[in-house]
Amino acid sequence: MTEFFELLKESFNTLRLNKMRTSLAVLGIVIGIGSVIALISIGQSSQAAVASKITSLGSNLITVSPGAQSSGRVRTATARKTLTLADATALKAAGLSAVSAVSPEYSGRLQVVAGASNTNTTVYGVTSTYSGVHNLKINGGRFITESDYNSNSHVVVLGPTVIETLYGSSSYNPIGEIIRINGLNFTVIGVTVAKGSSGMSDSDDAVYVPLSTAMKQLFGVNYLSSIAVEAASSDVMIQAQNQIGYFLLARHKLTDTSKADFTIRSQEDLLSTASSVAGTFTSLLSGVAAISLIVGGIGIMNIMLVTVTERTREIGLRKALGAKKKTIITQFLTESVILTFSGGILGIIIGVLTSYVYSRINSSTFAISPYSVLLAFTVSVVIGIIFGWYPAKRASNLQPIEALRYE
Amino acid sequence: MVVWAVLRDFNPKMKNKTKPIITVKNLSKVYKTELLETIAVDNVSFQINEGEFVAIMGPSGSGKSTLMHILGALDKPTSGQYILDGQNVENLSDDELSEIRNKKIGFIFQAFNLLPRTTTLKNVMLPMAYAGIPKEEREKIAQKYLKLVGLGDRMQHTSNQISGGQQQRVAIARSLVLNPAMILADEPTGNIASAQADEVMAIFEKLNNEGHTIVMITHEPDIAEHAKRIIFIKDGKIVKDSTNHQRKTAIIKKEVQKND
Repeated sequence: MTEFFELLKESFNTLRLNKMRTSLAVLGIVIGIGSVIALISIGQSSQAAVASKITSLGSNLITVSPGAQSSGRVRTATARKTLTLADATALKAAGLSAVSAVSPEYSGRLQVVAGASNTNTTVYGVTSTYSGVHNLKINGGRFITESDYNSNSHVVVLGPTVIETLYGSSSYNPIGEIIRINGLNFTVIGVTVAKGSSGMSDSDDAVYVPLSTAMKQLFGVNYLSSIAVEAASSDVMIQAQNQIGYFLLARHKLTDTSKADFTIRSQEDLLSTASSVAGTFTSLLSGVAAISLIVGGIGIMNIMLVTVTERTREIGLRKALGAKKKTIITQFLTESVILTFSGGILGIIIGVLTSYVYSRINSSTFAISPYSVLLAFTVSVVIGIIFGWYPAKRASNLQPIEALRYE
Repeated sequence: MVVWAVLRDFNPKMKNKTKPIITVKNLSKVYKTELLETIAVDNVSFQINEGEFVAIMGPSGSGKSTLMHILGALDKPTSGQYILDGQNVENLSDDELSEIRNKKIGFIFQAFNLLPRTTTLKNVMLPMAYAGIPKEEREKIAQKYLKLVGLGDRMQHTSNQISGGQQQRVAIARSLVLNPAMILADEPTGNIASAQADEVMAIFEKLNNEGHTIVMITHEPDIAEHAKRIIFIKDGKIVKDSTNHQRKTAIIKKEVQKND
């Protein structure tokens, strides 16, 4: 053990003699390891961010939309009309074991006017179950109720973005104000809590009216744009999808799943798609970083070869005085591993700092997986051994007389 | 370690004087290129016994350096036999040769060959590290031999902070630490001033009087005359092997010691 520390000390001293060269050689590894750490961390935190946004849209959410599942086929106008309020009512009445709530919805973009201000936003026709299924929280006032629905009330719940556009500030309390949608007056009865954009739909840039009012008076349609279903728990998601699927197939008198005129998608599907996209992105970036690590390793090899040439006389002397091949190999490998290992440590520090700064700037979560740190340590040592091996081997094979004669 | 300690405590004076250290029989070294064949050492045979102080002399190109490399286990002969301290050396692997050099030969080079930017103490400790001696013991032995060559006050100096003569004395201390069967000196005074060369020769004489076997390669007659026996080499052959020369004795002048 003391022998090992002595070897380490000696190698450190040797490397210290050429500070500039040593630092430049290490820099390649620092950049390589640093970017691997930073990119893995940034990738993972954005993966987590996407996942949490999607989950915030509603837990255990299953969306039934009109139109066939096959993506190759063009969705026609008639295909969009295959889901009706009756489907939703029947689905609710069927009392499927894996289904806990059903929310029929119709949405479209309309002009919303408040005094002199106006905005084009998504108008959601919803029932009282919407807020529960979509995990939508009310900040002030109340949400659409069953009686609003039954009486075709002209009431509206506003998203924070809409309030900001119409009244200039998202902290404005618009409850009781009258706004005009499609020429009709609506009384503001509630405000939703900001959720942030999920990239799919911005629930903050939306207004909510009773489904009955929306279908009959705003859009003039007799079909739904989607039915949101809440599964009883996350464990029965697949079961719920199957139950809904077979129920609707039977209701639409279809015999074959391939002929289905609706599409069932769960939040989990979205989640896995989104995180696999983020994952691909992460591995792509890490791949680029890994290439820079290899380039760094080649830099180390280059420096070690120069060192071996420069120290030919020293190696010759050491061999003349009794150093065996193994001793010389160990000496030079130690030097290259010290180079890459210290580069690895610096790289980890820089990578962690970078991803911390990134998370601060993007106000995203900051997470460093111990796995990636361990990987970086291992990789830096392995690179030291791989790229140091050839120069070390070359040093050990020097013949002492030739090495001693070398000028 | 026990074996090693026994070896160290062994007084060379007590050994049988006629014990051969070097036995060379029909030794040849031929360098071949596509066009010509150079015979550097040509069928040489001789023996050097324990306690001898031998100078191998010859003009440049005589083959004495090649012979030195073979005697130093730095090079392998093309043909012939070389027995060093009872061990055949001709057909050993690189690592085995390393061990022979480490344990049996104390090298002194013309260019000193100390590790640069390294203290004299560490330089002297180096061969012992390869012999696997623990650090504290290494330090003790190195200090002892540095004192022996008169450099007890230069142990923490690096090799570029001391004179050529002092560097060569560090090299002598380094050659002694493992109590080798012979000290092999290659032009030991070639790179140093004559006053300091005298000092080096005085140390050699002292070591030889204490029983150390010394083989010295040189082309300077007045340096060779410090040895008890001179082997003359020319064109790869021994042309003269004499003990009947006027032997010189080096005297260390006090002022030299002070001023160097």
